[in-house]
Amino acid sequence: MSAATSSVMPAHIKPFQASPLARFGWLVLFAYLLWAMSSLDFNWARFVFGIDNGAKFISRMFPPNFERWDLLVKGLTESLQMAFIASFLGVIISLPLGLLGARNMMPAVITWPVRVIVIACRSFHPVIVAIICVKAVGFGALAGIIALTVASVGFVGKLFTEAIEEISMKQIEAVRATGASFMNVVIFGVVPQVMFRFIGFSAYETDANLRNSTMVGIVGAGGIGGTLFAAFQRFDYDFVLAIVLSIIGLIMIGELMQIWVKKVFRQ
Amino acid sequence: MSTSLLIKNLSKAYVAGKPVLRDISLTFEGSDITAIIGPSGTGKSTLIRCINRLVEPSAGEIVFEGRDMVKLSGGELRAARSRIGMVFQEYNLVERLSVMENLLTGCLGKTSAWRAFWRSFDAADIQRAWETLEIVGLTGFANARADSLSGGQRQRVGISRAVMQHPSLLLADEPTSSLDPKTSVEIMELLARVAAAKNIPVIINMHDVDLARRFAKRIVGMADGHVVYDGAPEGLTDDVLKTIYGGQGWLQ
Amino acid sequence: MSTAVPASSSPMVWQRFTLAEKLARFSIYFAIVFAVAWSVHSVEVIVEFIWDAHVQIADMGRRMWPVAWGFYGKGVHTALIETLNIAAVSTLLGVMMGVPVGFLAARNATPYPFVNYCAKFILVSTRSINTLLWALFFVAVFGPGALAGTLAIAFHSIGFIGKLFSEAVEDTHKGSLEALTAAGASKLALIQYGYWPQVKPTFWAIALFRWDINVRESAVLGLVGAGGIGMALDTAINLFQWDRVALILATIFAVVIVAEIVVTEVRKRII
Repeated sequence: MSAATSSVMPAHIKPFQASPLARFGWLVLFAYLLWAMSSLDFNWARFVFGIDNGAKFISRMFPPNFERWDLLVKGLTESLQMAFIASFLGVIISLPLGLLGARNMMPAVITWPVRVIVIACRSFHPVIVAIICVKAVGFGALAGIIALTVASVGFVGKLFTEAIEEISMKQIEAVRATGASFMNVVIFGVVPQVMFRFIGFSAYETDANLRNSTMVGIVGAGGIGGTLFAAFQRFDYDFVLAIVLSIIGLIMIGELMQIWVKKVFRQ
Repeated sequence: MSTSLLIKNLSKAYVAGKPVLRDISLTFEGSDITAIIGPSGTGKSTLIRCINRLVEPSAGEIVFEGRDMVKLSGGELRAARSRIGMVFQEYNLVERLSVMENLLTGCLGKTSAWRAFWRSFDAADIQRAWETLEIVGLTGFANARADSLSGGQRQRVGISRAVMQHPSLLLADEPTSSLDPKTSVEIMELLARVAAAKNIPVIINMHDVDLARRFAKRIVGMADGHVVYDGAPEGLTDDVLKTIYGGQGWLQ
Repeated sequence: MSTAVPASSSPMVWQRFTLAEKLARFSIYFAIVFAVAWSVHSVEVIVEFIWDAHVQIADMGRRMWPVAWGFYGKGVHTALIETLNIAAVSTLLGVMMGVPVGFLAARNATPYPFVNYCAKFILVSTRSINTLLWALFFVAVFGPGALAGTLAIAFHSIGFIGKLFSEAVEDTHKGSLEALTAAGASKLALIQYGYWPQVKPTFWAIALFRWDINVRESAVLGLVGAGGIGMALDTAINLFQWDRVALILATIFAVVIVAEIVVTEVRKRII
């Protein structure tokens, strides 16, 4: 790519001209997407058939059937429990891990291994981790809790580290100049700068765990996912809708609480 | 007059072969205000930061209270730092904390992490904090967030923080460079008052020569990493200033 | 220098928070502790299984070694390509559907509260129904295979992309929009020259972020029959072929790492 070296703008320069590299990139992306779509075997006839099928499906879901509400509540309760414990453990573990992984606070010999651990936790989908946990500790909520905790550490640990790496080092410098110990520097210099974001991340992660806890149940790791999967396989689609609506409702309540908690800690 | 600070053969190079400080030797005695002047990039900031080792010297000695700062580490370094108060150009307050908490940061050198977390400071320190706030004229601002204050107010909090440390030496790195002329004078007056009241030496980096002449008893002029002038403000003739800053157009 | 000390001889105290603030903060701490304690107490966990865990994991590790590398060409490669394609196309679809909804949910761009609420409801619902659930639905409707999987991830992504995008739109500065409106720009022109330049970097960040997650999501879709490498994984698990399971896990791990590198590089150049 040649750059114009004259200081006067040549007459033939068109404004808003995308660079050749960007254009090439767009072309490649476009071509790839076209190829990907074709290789996925999208068949128009199948699609139309599916729509019709879908309509029938949806009609079987209405009205939602809350008859077996005791089963529903049991499943939801277990999901809530899993979400709370996993989020709590995940945040507790991520606090020191996040600090240890921050390159502006720790030397590379410490940050590297910690970052690798966090990346490893994040690499696998919670469901995959759940499968392994079910094999290790059996069916039920325990497997789900472990799986969700691992996923939380992977997600929140990364966010904590990034937040710490973005703080203003000037404030840290000043606290250090007073002769404060490392922990005091963290408490008075780092924490005030990241506390609000941490609370946001923790609240978000609790919400995410609530959503994920509905998923790990499909592989037997506890929570409402199992109830849902069973209902699906028994073709109880109206019960399925009831469960789905409950999940949505629960998450909306969670969102409202998030907003309130953030307001209180706004300082 | 006792020697408060002795700097011997201090050198610092951030990049090998390009020293910023070349073999600086200075003695500070008594409790006067010393102003260090010089063009940007001449190492003024580096010099100040070497004294409390926020920057590591490449060579030399810095003797403070009988001990060589360069050789200290760990708890001893922190203890030494807690006896040196520092005021920064951009105030460097912890923005999200209140004014009172920023003042109490000055006491962190002697507070354990547990107590710091619960903000459980000595009653005597808190009393001192209130008094300091009174002195700098910020009594009503104790619980205001630091980032809600004006520049001049923030610098006063910065000075208060340094004072809370019971320092034997006060360093100031361009404390008025971010302030308007009137506020700059107020801050310099405050620094002078604090120095006189606590009877401690104050070393101030500045680029405003008139302010330096007005408030400092001794001026150290630096150019290109060397000390080129060390004496009273009266000796700061135009020729001397030319040596320090180079160029002529800025002199009247 | 005035050193007027307060007249009272008792030391003055300093409180960090007012009583009301303290109560609010305390009640939240209490609620959190209570929630966790209740959960630990009442969750049904068979504790004996924890002690047994290390034995189980060791056993599983033994069965996974040696890793069945040879199986890659036969069973894994095509599935992997399918997985990546699902991730790409579903991100595209998700963006195409999520961006308009996100725009409608932004209070500054769409000043009709009713529309905002509807859009927000769509975003919350699509997000609450996780990918596997969407996959179950689409498999029942369209039959097993990649079509169901792609639609599942796409629909689930709407919620995320839409929410992040609407937040970005709400963060835009009014200045350039005011100038354009004053110059007589139509709504469409406003979007193209006012909103779009400001949200462009965030848009790419969101798209990349979502693609990264979708690569992981598409790997597990196969567990419910919606295509991709998950189906090979499911088969291997059901047949207790742990060495093949190890291969597939290693493949997924490698792909995720590569995706992370790609995302980091692209972010450096574009954002």
